[in-house]
This record gives sequence, C-alpha cells and structure tokens, in this order.
Amino acid sequence: MKLSEKAEEILEALWVAVEEEGQAFLDPDTMGFPVDDPSYRELTGHAFIEVRQGMVYLRTEGREEGKNTIRRHRLAERLMMDVLNIRGEDGDHRACQFEHLLNEGVDAKVCTMLNHPTTCPHGKPIPPGVCCDEARAKGDLGIVPLTEFKSGQEGEIAYIQTEDNKKMQKLMAMGVLPGNKITLVQSFPSYIFRVGYSEFAIDTNLAKEIFVRK
Amino acid sequence: MATCCDKRSEIPHNSDNIKRVALVGNPNVGKSVLFNALTGAYVTVSNYPGTSVEVSRGNASIDGETWQVIDTPGMYSIHTITEEERVAREILLNESPDVVLHVLDARNLERMLAMTIQLIEAGLPVVLVVNIMDEAERMGLTIDLDLLQQRLGIPVIGAATARKRGLDEIRRAVLDYRRGTPGHFAYSRLLEKDIALVTQHMSGSYILSRKSLALLLLQQDEEITALFKQWDREGYAELAEKVREIAFERRESFHLDLSLERKDIVRKLIKDVIVAPEKRVITWAERVSTLAVRPVTGIPLLLIVLYFGLYKFVGQFGAGTVVDFLEKRLFEALFNPWITGVVKAIIPWAIIQELFVGEYGIITLGIRYAVGIILPIVATFFIFFSFLEDTGYFPRLALLVDRLFKYIGLTGRAVIPMVLGFGCDTMATMVTRTLETTRERIIATLLLALAIPCSAQLGVILGLLSKAPGALMVWGVCMLLLFIVVGLLASKIMPGESPMFYMELPPMRMPQLGNVLTKTYTRMQWYFMEILPLFILASVLLWLGKVTGFFEKMIEAMTPVMASIGLPKETAVAFIFGFFRRDYGAAGLYDLQSKGLMNARQLTVAAVTLTLFIPCIAQFMVMKNERGWKTASAIGVFVSLFAYGSGFLLNKLLLLTGMLA
Repeated sequence: MKLSEKAEEILEALWVAVEEEGQAFLDPDTMGFPVDDPSYRELTGHAFIEVRQGMVYLRTEGREEGKNTIRRHRLAERLMMDVLNIRGEDGDHRACQFEHLLNEGVDAKVCTMLNHPTTCPHGKPIPPGVCCDEARAKGDLGIVPLTEFKSGQEGEIAYIQTEDNKKMQKLMAMGVLPGNKITLVQSFPSYIFRVGYSEFAIDTNLAKEIFVRK
Repeated sequence: MATCCDKRSEIPHNSDNIKRVALVGNPNVGKSVLFNALTGAYVTVSNYPGTSVEVSRGNASIDGETWQVIDTPGMYSIHTITEEERVAREILLNESPDVVLHVLDARNLERMLAMTIQLIEAGLPVVLVVNIMDEAERMGLTIDLDLLQQRLGIPVIGAATARKRGLDEIRRAVLDYRRGTPGHFAYSRLLEKDIALVTQHMSGSYILSRKSLALLLLQQDEEITALFKQWDREGYAELAEKVREIAFERRESFHLDLSLERKDIVRKLIKDVIVAPEKRVITWAERVSTLAVRPVTGIPLLLIVLYFGLYKFVGQFGAGTVVDFLEKRLFEALFNPWITGVVKAIIPWAIIQELFVGEYGIITLGIRYAVGIILPIVATFFIFFSFLEDTGYFPRLALLVDRLFKYIGLTGRAVIPMVLGFGCDTMATMVTRTLETTRERIIATLLLALAIPCSAQLGVILGLLSKAPGALMVWGVCMLLLFIVVGLLASKIMPGESPMFYMELPPMRMPQLGNVLTKTYTRMQWYFMEILPLFILASVLLWLGKVTGFFEKMIEAMTPVMASIGLPKETAVAFIFGFFRRDYGAAGLYDLQSKGLMNARQLTVAAVTLTLFIPCIAQFMVMKNERGWKTASAIGVFVSLFAYGSGFLLNKLLLLTGMLA
C-alpha cells in the first residue's frame, strides 16, 4: 500500500494535531486542502481517517500509519541536516519531498545510517521504528565516530566524513578506508588506532571524522 | 621546488653513463638502511617516520658496475600531498631512474601494495622489496613471494635489510633488471572509460604512462597540471576542459572511489599470498609501547627517561665528569701550558703568540672550548637522542604531548625539533621542515631561537648556576614561563588554521649499538664541521678586536646596556661571544664566574638573558635558509629585544624581592 503524497501530508498533520497537540480533530481549511480533495477519500478508503460534519478525525487504524509517516518526515529532516548539510527552509522543503521515498524498508536503512536518532532538527521526537527497538535490544551502537569507541574495541570503518580533501587523502593513506577493520587502542591523550599491522596516532578532530560500525 | 624541466628531451638522462636506482616507499620502511647497505655511505637512519627530508645520493658498485643510488623521502602515494612527497616524486619525474626499488613493510603489505600498483601503472621499472620480513615472521605472518611476483609481473624480493638479509638478491635484481611485461590492473569500467576520455587528449610521449598521468590530473594534482600546461601547449585547453568536466562529475568521491578500487585490486592480489595467524601475536615491544603511551605510565616513564638520560647521563656525566676531566685536567693542567710553551718558543712576536695561545687564543680558547666543554656535552646528548630515536619512543612522546602542544600552536609532531633543540638548535631548526604548515614551522623556529637552550649552553648553565642555590630554579622557571607565554601568544597572533596531528607509530625496537654510534658520529661530525670554524673565527676576531682596541671600545659601548640589567661590564665579553654561538657565550660566563666577578643575581640575569638572546650565527643562517630573510630577521629582532627586556625585568624583580641576594 502506498499513499499519495498529498494523503501522506494530511495524515501527518492530523497525527501531529491529535497525538502531539492533543486536539480531537482538524479543520481541513487550516491544512490548506479543501474537504472535497480526493486525498480524503483515499484515506477514508483505508479507514485511516473519518470525516464528520466537515471535520477530520484520526481513526485508531490510522495511528500506526500516521506515526510512520511522521517518522519518515523527521528522518528525512535529519538526513538533510546531518548528512547532506542542507539547512533552514531549503532543508525543510527538500525533506518534504524526500520523505515520500523513505518507505518499504528504506526508512529503516536511513534510520540505521543516522544511528537511530530520537529527535528531529526542530527538537520534536522521532517515533521509534522496529529497527530502533532491535538496535536497543542488541546494544548495537550503530555507526558512530571513532571518538565514541572504547579502548580495545574493534569495528569496521563505515565512512569518512570530512570537507577537507587533503585530510581525506591522508586518512586513506593510513589505510582508513571503508570496509577495513579498525581497533581503537587508546583514546587519551590522543587517539591511537590499529589498521592491519600498523598503529597510528591522531587527534580528536581527525578521530571525529572517522565513522565506524561495530 | 616545482620547477621541472619542460620537455622530456632536456632530462639529464645518463649524461655520464651512470645508471641510476631510486629507492621509494612509505616512510619508515627501511629505505635509508638499504641505501647505506648498497652504497656503504651513511645517511641518518632512524625509527621515526619522515626523518629523511632530503634526497641522498651515493654510488654503489654492483659486480663492477657503478650505479648511482638515490634515497628519497617517504611517500604514501604517487599523488603527493606533503613537501617531502613532492621531493620524492621529483626524482621519478626528472631523473628517469633505470630501476625503481619500491621498498615496503612486509607487515603492511596490503596497505602499501597500493603504491606498487601505482608505480607499475606509471610504467616505471619497478622492483619490489618486501622488507622487514624478520619482524613479519616473528608475528607469525607467512608471505608467498613467488606468487606475488607472478601476479605483479615484476621482480619481488624478500628482505630484512637491517639484518643484512636479501641484500645480494636486491643487487642481483637491480643488475639483471630487464623491462618485462608487468601485470595490468584494470579499474572498474566506468573509471577506465573516464581515463580513456582524458588520455585521448594527450599527444606527447611522457615520462609516466598516460593512464597514470590521467589519474593524477583527475585527482587535481597541481604540479602535474602545471606540467601539462607546458608540455601540451596547444592541446592543453581541451585536455583541461575534459579533466574539469570529469572531475566535476565525480567531485563527490573521486579520491575515495579510486582508493577503494585500488584496495580491491590489492585484495585480489594478496589473496593466498599472505597467511596471517589466527591470533595476534603480542610482542614485548608492544607491551613497552603500551606503557609509553598511557598517561598513567607514560608520564612517569618520560620523567625517568629525562632524569637518567638528560640529567644523569648528559648533565652529570657529560657536562660534569667528562668536562672536568678534559677541560681541567687535560687542557688547563697539561695541554695549554705545554702548547703555550711550544708556541712561545717558535714564534717570537707577542702579538702573534696571543693569536694562538693568549686569553682569546685559537688554541687556548677556541679549541679548548670546542673540545673541552662543548664536545663531551654534545656527544653525550647525541648518544642519548640517537638511542631514544631508534627505540621508536619519539612518536609515542609526540602523541602524549599533542594536546598540550596544541595550545602553543604546534602539534605533537613538533616534539622532535623541540627535543633535538636541547642538543643543537641549529640542527633542530633544520628539522622543523618536517612540520606540516608554515605556521607551525615559524612558531617552532621562534621557540627554538628564543627559549630552548642547546645542550652545550644547557650544560654550562647547569654547571654555572648549580653553585648558587635557587638560581637554577629561577632560571628554569623563567625559561618555562617564557616558552609558554611566547608560544601562547604566537599561536594567537599567527594567522592560519590550527594544525592537525596524525602520525604512524613504528614498532618499538631495541636499538642496535652500531647504528646508535654511527648516527651519533655523523651528527657530531656535522656539528663540528659547523662549529669549529666559527670558534676559530671567533678567536681570530676577538684577537683582532683586542689588538686594535676595538674590543675595548665595544665593551665600553655595551657597558650602559649591561649596567641597565645590572651586570658588570665584563659580561659584555660573554655576550659578544654569544653572538658567535650561544654556548660559546655561556662558556664565557663560566670563565667570569670562576674569576669570582659575579654574584648569584647577576649570574642568573646573565644566564637568562643569554639563553634567550640572539641565536648563534649558524642558527641564524639556517633560519634564513629555511624561513627566508624576512621571517628570520623579524625573529632575530624580536628575540634580541625580548631577551633584553626579560633580563631588565628579571633584574628589577630580583632586586625588589631581594631573592638571590
């Protein structure tokens, strides 16, 4: 089942109004979609919402779906900001377009890549998905900067995130390449890590830019 | 540096019919050891990555054939980032060696083979030397060199050059080298297509293969881009356009993609070549290493090293026992009276006698200072330093102090020049070129010029001040304080971004006595070549000054300056000495003190001022060479004013508080 973009947006707004702001219903006019919009029919068809006396109500059946759409929206926001470094209005706008692509398991992948974030850039909670619960149950740290590793912990390099091309090349010359095994030997006063049979020392700023998974 | 010849025809290729072999490879894989073994010459070998900052050349006779061997600074990739790497690549670009020996570390075969691939791809005559086999074996690694050779299509030799293993095979491989058909390493279809699009626009025949050059261009290598501008004058615009287009298309991750593709090629290459043991073998060296890098054990270890190495060995043994013996027993009691008698018997003129054996005589002053005082101190320091260097302790010290050094605008990397500065500031200033940014280099040069006393000076000052209780403490606190204050200020004032710290930690090793001694010897040799002429020159100038009366006038002229910082006018002599070498000046103070001309306060003020004061001529010349006239002069003027100002304030402070009265 895949909802149209407009239907998803209506469901989102309704979910936020009901679940987070404690309202009972929503006036279609405040959403900007008139009540005769076909999207409402699409949603009532799935029994997610109900339209009574010109007002829109969220049905119990629509709660789960609403939660998932808002989750995708806020994950998209995080993705824009944390990874793609697009901020402000432009970021919000793009997030709105992007969220619709995050269904059918893609959201779980993005969520894992972002290391199961709990809040969106605006500080609102991101409803946890199945992947988040699983990660928590396993104690899986996900992908974290090397600075979050404990001494002696072993992992795999996931990616390097740096704006500076020279830094990137330097790290790559040291064998810091995605897919390579890495062991953090020590974290203070400098970070020492081992790749293959070589040990390297780096400072915190460089360590922050190496992302590793356990 | 980046001035290359513009056409391949102008390359000085085999002009004298001597064949060339170039050693290339990552830092700290034993290129210099191999160089020494092949040539019988000596370049400094150490267990510290990036020690060879210059290209060394020597001749080797292999089966009666003379070969020129070229040792290059370490490089990680043919696409260069640092200055040393550029220097190394220049050799490949400009001198078209007949054989390129790629030396790598067996333990890190997988990581380092990426460069072998690049060298082969560039069409260079590569012979691979898999070095440090002994340590790899000790770790339980087995390497199938035959299989590797088969896959690479170039000669592959296993060696442990530090143990003289594999040397004959290397010589033979160099001698027998015939250009075969090395392996072809294909990238992904997409990348190969991009390479083809670039090479299409190349028209000349180049020193490296087109494929290799295309990749360098796509990596936005500035030097290669500049070269192409000269090589392909007409076709350049089109080529540049194509490169720009592809580079833009792949801007997101070209470097990463390329590295990953090479990693993949290497992974396939070494499949079944390396067999690693199930469990990591932890050697004793690793245990020592752990002790050295943990703050809890590392700091006590550092203190122990400093106490026994610097204080006991250099300070008490070198500057105490040995100096006493040489200077007092040998020179003052025996040699000087004897030589004075001899000279006086041969030369009848008093003035000329003065030149050799007078108060400032070449022999009685110049040689006595150089051999009696400076030599033992510097020698013990260099033994200490070379020993530590070979253990691999310095990179560990670097990471231990990195956080602190960041405050003064430096990184842990600066630990080597700073420690070396306690031996000889001139040599240390030269080594500052291993630092990454100009900003770091200038700050390090300044601190060396100002606040780091060299061993000779240190030895004399320690001896001098230890007789006045408290004086040594005041001097030490002053130096440390000024070092920190100037460092903090410099890091605030100097423009530029804060540097980053990264360093390979070579395994810790038990130093080989022979290597430590040879290294000490070459350093001593360099030092003496540098200082002995200056000592003699100083003696001659001082003699001239005395004979002509100019000296007297100068002391007179400096008297008010000396007086303003509370020093007797005789100290002017020490300061004039200090202009030639700081240690020479300190030795001058030593003389004054033994004559009982100074009290504790004056001694301390003089010692502080002189330590801070203008670097010796040799150091100034190196500063000029490394940093340029402008920076060197600016540092010189600043240091002079700062030294005087500090002396002035310290004197006032001591008078006011009545300390050391």
